[in-house]
Amino acid sequence: MSDITMIHAPQKRVPFAQEAAGALTILALGAVGYFLYPDDLAFLTRLIGIAFLVLSLDLVTGYCGVATLGHAAQFGVGAYAAGIACIRGVTDPVALLGVGLVAGTIMGLISGALITRFRGLPQLVLSIAVGQLVAGLANKLSWLTGGSDGLSGIEPGKVFGVFGFDMYSRTGYLFSLAVLVITFVVLQRFVRSPFGLMCRGIKDDDLRAKMIGVSIYPRLVAMYGVAGAVAGIGGALTAISTGVVGLDSVSFERSAEVLVMLVLGGAGHLWGALAGTVIFMIFEHVVAAANPFHWMTMVGLLLILIVVFAPRGLIAPVMSLWTKMTRKGKAA
Amino acid sequence: MPATALEISDLNAGYGPTRIIEDISFKVAAGDRLAVIGRNGMGKTTLLATLMGLTTRHGGAISLNGEDIAGRRTSARAELGIGYVPQTRDIFPSLTVDENLRTGLKGRAPSALDEAYAMFPRLRERRGNFGKQLSGGEQQMLSMARTLLGQPSILLLDEPLEGLAPVICDELMAMLTGLAATGEMTIILVEQQIERALAFANGVMVMERGRTSWSGTPDALKSDHGLIDRLVGVGIH
Repeated sequence: MSDITMIHAPQKRVPFAQEAAGALTILALGAVGYFLYPDDLAFLTRLIGIAFLVLSLDLVTGYCGVATLGHAAQFGVGAYAAGIACIRGVTDPVALLGVGLVAGTIMGLISGALITRFRGLPQLVLSIAVGQLVAGLANKLSWLTGGSDGLSGIEPGKVFGVFGFDMYSRTGYLFSLAVLVITFVVLQRFVRSPFGLMCRGIKDDDLRAKMIGVSIYPRLVAMYGVAGAVAGIGGALTAISTGVVGLDSVSFERSAEVLVMLVLGGAGHLWGALAGTVIFMIFEHVVAAANPFHWMTMVGLLLILIVVFAPRGLIAPVMSLWTKMTRKGKAA
Repeated sequence: MPATALEISDLNAGYGPTRIIEDISFKVAAGDRLAVIGRNGMGKTTLLATLMGLTTRHGGAISLNGEDIAGRRTSARAELGIGYVPQTRDIFPSLTVDENLRTGLKGRAPSALDEAYAMFPRLRERRGNFGKQLSGGEQQMLSMARTLLGQPSILLLDEPLEGLAPVICDELMAMLTGLAATGEMTIILVEQQIERALAFANGVMVMERGRTSWSGTPDALKSDHGLIDRLVGVGIH
């Protein structure tokens, strides 16, 4: 029997229902982290910062099919821009987010303009080259970035003039969580917009997209700009919450790691990006603490298992199960 | 007399250096329905692909509403009003029916989707299904509906009836006839089901080895069975 599901009547959709569900889910998970793991808030704040980078990567890789191993450049540029701005007097956390967003967007547009001109291996190599170029500049421009010592002395002001950043990372965590919720809701709308749908269409087959009047290159560059904005926000949040920006934020290892997180969670799905980040980072955190010498081996084993048994990422079977459950619920 | 919508002059094109179609010339007016017929491998699909900018043009001119579009890219031609429904259907498999249709809106309000669903009620039933889950006929409907949502002035259809059940063929041809009756859309139809194509068209072009071997009215072709047998290889009685 065919797996086609008949949907005879148009379903009435509650406006913003998906967005509200997404926001509430993230808030609920965030509350679990806040109340159950109060001693790990610094780690969880870092996790949220990285989640922005994985979401950003998902936009270009998962939704547009662009192969990249240099995506940390946008995250790092956002982090450095926010850090430098803070040291030079812009201390309002929201303004610093704006600085990271703008810097990330510009970096995204530049990267996209270069990388999306090509396909396949040249594209991948070019993305690595862009990442390495940014990493090299961050190292060489030590008068601005702190070089290999990193950029330190970042002391942001209070959030809305009320909530100061504390050593337990409570404010940093809640601030990051709030920004994540807002960004996630916006992205949910964005990927379902005509622009987002066409990007998925381009990933399916760019020739088909051309035949219905779509100019591929400008769209991919624009998507890179949006992805840069998301990564830049993540970078800025990390700079604000940790008070330091190091070369690791623009490193090749960071780019490769977030790609692994995306594959683990499931590319082409915002929840996949989030799930991949959470699972990878918590697994890495726990295993590294339990076995500091062989934790990478354990991470490698986890990845092999995921790729073999869930090649479309962990989110695919979860979504499939969810769809079946909701269909059964409607049928009942 | 309606203005010329599309004019092709001495068109030579193919794939890379290989020429498939040679010295093709014709013109169609707004509201015309041209059937392009011929045996397999005679260059009919290449002709449509060339009009859409998907092949290598070796010479000749393509003029759309008086504007030379021969050097324009595929996406620009689509923007200018050429809608193409290829033989391969070319829907987006990972998007749902609804999402596929929304990619064809070209800035129109989402309420325009109702036009597509009114034209193809079967798609409304499948609106939540992914493109890859549809049958061949449904994919064809989806491809056509998405193209029509863009309100093309020229519609290129490459064997839209291929592999479809007769009842679906009837539905599609009835829909095309209804579209043509508005007189606002020029339709160029490549089709192997000769009888249906001739019943639909008001002009016919027969292709042989990449060239135009005959052109005229459907009645003229239908009345000469020997000509049909010789040019197309099928009998119509």
